[in-house]
Amino acid sequence: MAENSEPIVRIRNLSKAYRRGTQVIPVLTGINFDIARGEFVALMGPSGSGKSTLLNLIAGIDSADQGSIQVADVEITSLGESDLARWRAGSVGFIFQFYNLIPVLTAFENVELPLLLTHLDRRERREHVEAVLNVVGLADRMDHYPAQLSGGQQQRVAIARAIVTDPEILVADEPTGDLDRASAEEILQLMDRLVQAFGKTVIMVTHDPRAAEKAHIIRHLEKGELSVT
Amino acid sequence: MGIPYSYSFRNLWTRRLTTVLTASGMGLVVFVFAATLMLTEGLQKTLVQTGSPDNVVLLRKSANSEVQSGVERDQASLLESQPEIAIGPGGTPLLAKELVVLINLKKRVGDKPANVIIRGITPESLELRPAVRLKEGRMPRPGSAEVIAGESVSRRFKGCGMGETLRFGMRDWRVVGVFDAGATGFSSEIWGDRDQMMQAFRRPVYSSIIFRLRDTTAFDAFKARVESDPRLTVEAKRETQYYLDQSEAMAKFLRILGLVLTVVFSIGAVIGATITMYAAVANRVTEIGTLRALGFQRKSILSAFIVEALLLGLCGGILGLFAASFMQLITISTMNWASFSELAFSFTLNVSIVWKSLLFSAVMGLVGGVLPAFRASRLKIVEALRAT
Repeated sequence: MAENSEPIVRIRNLSKAYRRGTQVIPVLTGINFDIARGEFVALMGPSGSGKSTLLNLIAGIDSADQGSIQVADVEITSLGESDLARWRAGSVGFIFQFYNLIPVLTAFENVELPLLLTHLDRRERREHVEAVLNVVGLADRMDHYPAQLSGGQQQRVAIARAIVTDPEILVADEPTGDLDRASAEEILQLMDRLVQAFGKTVIMVTHDPRAAEKAHIIRHLEKGELSVT
Repeated sequence: MGIPYSYSFRNLWTRRLTTVLTASGMGLVVFVFAATLMLTEGLQKTLVQTGSPDNVVLLRKSANSEVQSGVERDQASLLESQPEIAIGPGGTPLLAKELVVLINLKKRVGDKPANVIIRGITPESLELRPAVRLKEGRMPRPGSAEVIAGESVSRRFKGCGMGETLRFGMRDWRVVGVFDAGATGFSSEIWGDRDQMMQAFRRPVYSSIIFRLRDTTAFDAFKARVESDPRLTVEAKRETQYYLDQSEAMAKFLRILGLVLTVVFSIGAVIGATITMYAAVANRVTEIGTLRALGFQRKSILSAFIVEALLLGLCGGILGLFAASFMQLITISTMNWASFSELAFSFTLNVSIVWKSLLFSAVMGLVGGVLPAFRASRLKIVEALRAT
């Protein structure tokens, strides 16, 4: 794909350990990892291998012990909490295993949430939300609450929410983990389309080899270390 | 922009049952809070309305009420000729030298005795109190053993109904009329001819003198002159002030009682709100993590949960006020501590009580919600997201 371009994610010497009482459990040790713009990367590995931790670090919702993470030339390990939240709002789209939609808000309102952190006015927000709901094929369901939607539809709303601010990277943690085969396939095709047609960069953690097949690059994590497949 | 208010509101709506139960607990406290305020307000309103700002009450110095007061006849004649006193249509001063005595009567319900004020009046007494209107029967004939009873006394005490007979001062007195005095203390009095009463009670002195001012601004000068006159031992008060002073002891008691009850109850209600809000936070840990991941700041989460707690408190406030508003239908009677007589009055709701109650309920919600909201805002994103 974009092998010559500057990597959008550049990770150097990244380490992270969890402390349980006096016990220190290393999760990631000295990770070096680049992701080019427009890539679809799958992170695989057994449970406890640190793949979710790596994803959380890239997305700026967890803090590293050591090392550097640059996303689109921003060194996120040096950002304070408020700045990090602001950065996430503009630069990261999240896709979760259990969709994590807000149950009391409609599909439209869920997708609109990240836009409330921007300077867009009401009309502009509406245009953006309608546009992304069209992309995920749910424009006719925007007044529905999450409980009135199927799992696949909820995940599509979540994807719409993730792309509505046009972020630099999309991070997906087991996006198909809670879906049946057909719905999972739909979601994967949608993510593939985001990469192919809209040039998005997607970093996905998955257990599912079928999901990983969609990715251009599959990286395996084993005991906190990265290997290329 | 932060998290929209609709988020907080809809979460309350989604868990309606918990919301209603918690709000009911708070509503109960607001009910007690509002009811004691309404009681105090009703008491003061009744007593203050009894007085008229143009009228002046003259009592013996340091007598707190007409019942304790006595004005000698020679002093009364001196006072009668003061230039500040308004002249009535008949050319006589608008001034009444009255007798006030307490007697014991039995209530119609329960047969329990209570004190009732008997007021010996003159024809001027009625002109000085335009709120008093004869509702049925006629006025007592001067020089006869006839009385008229205030509506509230007539309804609640034995022998005070129209046509019935009362025994006091070693004589029988026939009730020939019932008067309506609106929401004033006079409704709890029995009126009759002063000279007959002074004889019956063997009283050589008047209890009080009431007169209308010719010019309402002349009061301060009049008071200063009369109270420094060495021949006089009286104190002058505007009638409104006199009745307000009478209500003060009771109002103070009610306020303290209300405050103590409310504070004790509100601790319970606040704990209830805290538990509810902690449960709300615990149920929405993933949601909070998601909102934080999407880029909402800690303070947005904090304010969303505080708004939710405030709304919860206000729901309680509205419930409590709604219940308290029905208290207006109830008239209660109690001892007026200044005169030791029975006084009937109603719970009175006004705008100030509504605001105070809503503010109080919002504060309860806020206090109950602060700790859970802080907990919500302090959650670590990764741990919150893992709570799925």
